[in-house]
Amino acid sequence: MGVKLLLDKAHVPGIRTYDVYRREGGYRSVEKALKEMTPESIVEEVKKSGLRGRGGAGFPAGMKWSFIAKPEGVPRHLVCNADESEPGTFKDRYLMEFLPHLLLEGLIVSSFALGSNDTYIYIRGEYAWITDILEEAIKEAHANGWLGKNILGTGFDCNIHVQRGAGAYICGEETALIESLEGNRGNPRIKPPFPAIQGLWQRPTVVNNVETLASIGPIINMGGDEYAKIGVGRSTGTKLISACGNINKPGVYEIDMTISVEDFIYSDEFCGGIANGKKLKACIPGGSSVPILPANLLLKTAKGETRYMNYESLSDGGFATGSMMGSGGFIVLDEDQCIVKNTYTLARFYRHESCGQCSPCREGTGWMEKILQKIETGKGSMSDIDLLWDIQRKIEGNTICPLGDAAAWPVAAAIRHFRDEFEWHINNPELSQTSNFGLQHYADPIHVPA
Amino acid sequence: MLCAQSIEKKRFYMSIQFNEQQMAECKRLIARYPEGKQKSALLPVLHLAQESFDGWLSTETMDYVASVLSIEPIEVYEVASFYSMYNLKPVGQFVFEVCQTGPCMVSGSDNIITYIQQQLDIKPGETTKDGIFTLKLVECLGACGYAPMMQVGKIYKEHLTKEKVDAIITEYRSQAAVKN
Ligand SMILES: Cc1cc2nc3c(=O)[nH]c(=O)nc-3n(C[C@H](O)[C@H](O)[C@H](O)COP(=O)(O)O)c2cc1C
Ligand code: SF4
Ligand code: FES
Repeated sequence: MGVKLLLDKAHVPGIRTYDVYRREGGYRSVEKALKEMTPESIVEEVKKSGLRGRGGAGFPAGMKWSFIAKPEGVPRHLVCNADESEPGTFKDRYLMEFLPHLLLEGLIVSSFALGSNDTYIYIRGEYAWITDILEEAIKEAHANGWLGKNILGTGFDCNIHVQRGAGAYICGEETALIESLEGNRGNPRIKPPFPAIQGLWQRPTVVNNVETLASIGPIINMGGDEYAKIGVGRSTGTKLISACGNINKPGVYEIDMTISVEDFIYSDEFCGGIANGKKLKACIPGGSSVPILPANLLLKTAKGETRYMNYESLSDGGFATGSMMGSGGFIVLDEDQCIVKNTYTLARFYRHESCGQCSPCREGTGWMEKILQKIETGKGSMSDIDLLWDIQRKIEGNTICPLGDAAAWPVAAAIRHFRDEFEWHINNPELSQTSNFGLQHYADPIHVPA
Repeated sequence: MLCAQSIEKKRFYMSIQFNEQQMAECKRLIARYPEGKQKSALLPVLHLAQESFDGWLSTETMDYVASVLSIEPIEVYEVASFYSMYNLKPVGQFVFEVCQTGPCMVSGSDNIITYIQQQLDIKPGETTKDGIFTLKLVECLGACGYAPMMQVGKIYKEHLTKEKVDAIITEYRSQAAVKN
């Protein structure tokens, strides 16, 4: 079902190699962009496409590109964010592992549009074998004249370099990523100045996600207007979703954003339903940072309308009753899962990944982890729930970078929607160690206030 | 006495040195950045150093990296201690890095972690007495759809079951036997 723009060729044998990729129509967008278009007209097409950043924040890509400063004589850089470390997210890995040339194609066109002669891919250190795949693809692209000096005789020079990170989620945040590329600790910078003005080595820099950049080729080939016709409203084009947790068919799926959440979970084309014949309890639809939703609020909005897999619909109801598209990491929890434990592992993750620069985040993530562990191990008290709520509120909005918010939101949402499960844990310190709160009312149809 | 000590020290430093091939790789890494920005190569050069010198970064190794990049040792220490992939203590020949974050946890990583501990008779952070295995618990490695999982060196081992864990341990034991 639906259009495929990114993964349509993913299953062609040998597509990872240059020859097969090219035979299947690869690199056409580079020819078109470099020979027939100007950097300005490329930015225009991307604006028309309505493409929104796929790294999590959903900021319009064309608009971001138009912000880049162009001071005389100062080099500019495009940086591809391949740090992919948000729990639940493994889509960029899939793109790079199976379609490395699709990313390179997008990178070359984007580098031309932004005037970047040296473009960097910052990839999480653990993806070591993917680094090798990318390096090999870059070699092939060089050998065939798509990289290097005077590409296609147009006078445009471009090199792409891959740098591995070394294990730090925070380096996915764009200014921390830039620090890391400069050989420093991954401490996010205070903004402004924004990277578009002063980024890598204080030069104007654009940081975009892998999937965002891989979408540029298809956009140039089909034209921004055509791309914008796919999807719905401000959710244009296609989106990769990495689905995991208690489902029959975990994996990476390309969707056009008109499909309902229910179809996505239950249809055989996608998740194939809940594993082992269990019932759906809850879902974190956009990577660990976004609010968790109980089944009833996931499938339908608070107004009782069908919820769809797109930016607007997933956030319908705000944080009170909605969530976010985020990075597209779709984590499904069945009736046997414990919300307290799940929230605890995420809190531990954020404590581990806090860079420690701001006290609300450094101290707050530590406290949240400790309190959640206490509740999880049957040693909690009722006042702990309010304390947790209080701490997360004091982190949110009071930090240098959004990791603070990302740590606060999962805790807030868990308490908001599953407070009774937290209370049950506290009231049943022994029972909670051997059995589960279960489904309770979460899967019931929601009551719509008249 | 003094003399003997300095000879000893010199010999130690001598052993921490990239061979020709490693040095060529190091130069290739540095060349990716503009003139004067060689510090940008720090992360990749530290990876190279860790791979080249027993899988961990001793103070001597870090000092050597500082000298190669013409930066201060402290600039290397502060970076090496920030990133979780750099080992600042010796580790076993093979490090099992098992993911314990939410998505893996809901897919059964707890049982796998317990099982590995039993089979190797070590706790997270420890190394087996024979020096072959170190167990490390890590956070999401981007393999959530193929959970439970662990990383061993450059390789991801996914869809772990007890049987698979047994096979993996056997595989690396025999690799270690060949090496030693
Ligand atoms: C803590 C944190 C982690 C992030 N991790 C990633 C990441 O792994 N990959 C990514 O593309 N963006 C990540 N982002 C978002 C980036 O800061 C940035 O917005 C994004 O790379 C921009 O690309 P896009 O506009 O194409 O989405 C992260 C942000 C924060 C605050
Ligand atoms: S919010 Fe947390 S991760 Fe972000 S800069 Fe502050 S301490 Fe570092
Ligand atoms: S949670 Fe284990 S790999 Fe993502």
